[in-house]
Amino acid sequence: MGSGVLARNNVATKGDAEARAIVFAHGFGCDQNMWRFVAPAFEDRYRTVLFDYVGAGGSDLSAYDPDRYGRLDGYAQDVIDVCEALDLRRAVFVGHSVSAMVGVLAAARAPARIGALVLVGPSPRYTVDDGYPGGFTEADIGELLASLDSNYLGWSSAMAPVIMGTPDRPHLGAELTASFCRTDPEIQKRFARVTFLSDNRADLATVAVPTLVLQCTDDVIAPDAVGEYVHAHIPGSRFVKLQATGHCPNLSAPEETAAAIAAFLEDLERG
Amino acid sequence: MTEGGDVASGETSVDERFYDALLEDDPEDLYESAPCAYVSTLPDGTIVKANRTFLVWTGFPRHELVGRRRFQDLLAPGDRIFYETHFRPLLRMQGQVREIAVQLVSRDGARLPVLVNSVVKHDGAGNPLVVRTALFDATERRAYEAELLAARRRAEESEARARALARTLQATFLPPAIPPVPGLDLGGAYRPAGDGSEVGGDFYDVFETGRGSWGVVLGDVCGKGPEAAVVTALARHTVRAEALRTPYPSAVLAGLHSALVRHHPEQFCTAVLAMVEPAGGGARLTVSSGGHHLPVLARPGGDAGPVGESGTILGMLDVPRLSDASTLLTRGDVVVFYTDGITEARRDREFFDDERLLDLVRSGAGRPAQEQADRIVEAAVSYQGGDPRDDIAVVVLRLP
Repeated sequence: MGSGVLARNNVATKGDAEARAIVFAHGFGCDQNMWRFVAPAFEDRYRTVLFDYVGAGGSDLSAYDPDRYGRLDGYAQDVIDVCEALDLRRAVFVGHSVSAMVGVLAAARAPARIGALVLVGPSPRYTVDDGYPGGFTEADIGELLASLDSNYLGWSSAMAPVIMGTPDRPHLGAELTASFCRTDPEIQKRFARVTFLSDNRADLATVAVPTLVLQCTDDVIAPDAVGEYVHAHIPGSRFVKLQATGHCPNLSAPEETAAAIAAFLEDLERG
Repeated sequence: MTEGGDVASGETSVDERFYDALLEDDPEDLYESAPCAYVSTLPDGTIVKANRTFLVWTGFPRHELVGRRRFQDLLAPGDRIFYETHFRPLLRMQGQVREIAVQLVSRDGARLPVLVNSVVKHDGAGNPLVVRTALFDATERRAYEAELLAARRRAEESEARARALARTLQATFLPPAIPPVPGLDLGGAYRPAGDGSEVGGDFYDVFETGRGSWGVVLGDVCGKGPEAAVVTALARHTVRAEALRTPYPSAVLAGLHSALVRHHPEQFCTAVLAMVEPAGGGARLTVSSGGHHLPVLARPGGDAGPVGESGTILGMLDVPRLSDASTLLTRGDVVVFYTDGITEARRDREFFDDERLLDLVRSGAGRPAQEQADRIVEAAVSYQGGDPRDDIAVVVLRLP
């Protein structure tokens, strides 16, 4: 089971194998490379664990089960599977975007495995609902699915060589370029539906571990009001507003993101 | 006007038009009035520069855009999610993105489908400085793509319907369950070729003749798809009907031959039919084959080998050559009927072949008939790496 999960979820561990683990989880859209500028900052004092959800990046696409991954619980099970395969205890789970809620679900189901949560740009519900400021309408989400449809027309295998990184600035190896932000369009669409049409507001109250909410500036996907909602509904959580703009501070402001996580961890260790 | 040379007075020279055009297309005007929209932004999307084409398309005056709005503010809400989850990460990781399809929302709310290419310009330290974006009007292309997508969706739906139809049809070629036959242990297994989306021509059946005997038929109709399906259904029902009229398997198969020639002169099939009736403490097995692999008989402690005599393929010749062969089955005897999906299963250039089948029959003797049938099909499927190129059907008859 263990090594099967490690291959299935393309798990990569670095840092101090004896130290407490930090599990970095990517959100909807791309893969573990979203953390490539942040995770190295923790390798000297922690064990860093990166992985791809089944259906994303370098995961085993043949392991994709539409029923299991038709709910965020299926993704939470991936997190638990990875924690069990590595026998992690009290791990710090850092979840970006939809992974924030995946972490909330996983922590409730495997309390011994996950000892702290860092929620980066979390949103328990992306669509508006009776005074809840989700940010989007269901029609918007329909538009996103249509957008995925028309953009995957361009992600045909024939396009892959064209999209290679610029030779003078090879940000990614060819192998990464081929998979980053690209996967089976049907899986991607299903993940989009699961992500943006789920409602996990009731799960926030189940969080019983120290939690940090990292809120970006001008984040259209998870606006301030949503981050504040998450903070207000997770008992004892800490709220930090980043200067980074947009939804992906792990890419646009990795130093600031890493510093905020490190400060939280220091307080955590101090108890 | 140029005087002299070869150019007639009153006409513009080629050279002159060339230089006029060159002067007209100065870099400034080329940028402002290009046939595509240009916009330059900070890495966070804040617009720092836009050409006139961009202003015309979006309907914004320059001062409402520059320093005031971000590029993503001008996208449809669904596209904003795509921008944050795909566009920006790709741009950050690769320094460029190409042919991203989004919709611009203009100042008055109208939408313009565009294709977007962006490149990042970095400073000396490698930090992103400015993002240069070119947008192309893709109204017609997107409308065409929408039609293509709708056509693909329809094609997928009709494929799913065809698959469901194939499965339903296929199910009629096999008995839902082999009926319990007093004194006999029978099992059957079937596996369609590939993903099972095409109707194959393999069939089998176990039925009562009304004379205290039972018929076991297994066959293979040439070809695939609807035509083969029609013939397969005809074959199965003709055998049942003919078996009510005659106790001789060869006569039943001759009846099937005539029906094929009469109704489907272009089609043919192979089939083996066995009649089983109680005899003494055992059973009498009478076998006839119309061009089909002879069943394999294995006796406890003895060897395994074919039983019966080969006949001609049904539906092919004017007069078929068919014969009956009888043998007495005793306790522990096993008869295995199979289609060529077993013996012609191939791994690279090597066939599964009779020997492997005989080994399986020998080593399986003593197990329940259904288990033996499943085991043989499973062996042939895994021999082909789990993806059988032909249909496979097996019926096992055992005297317990």
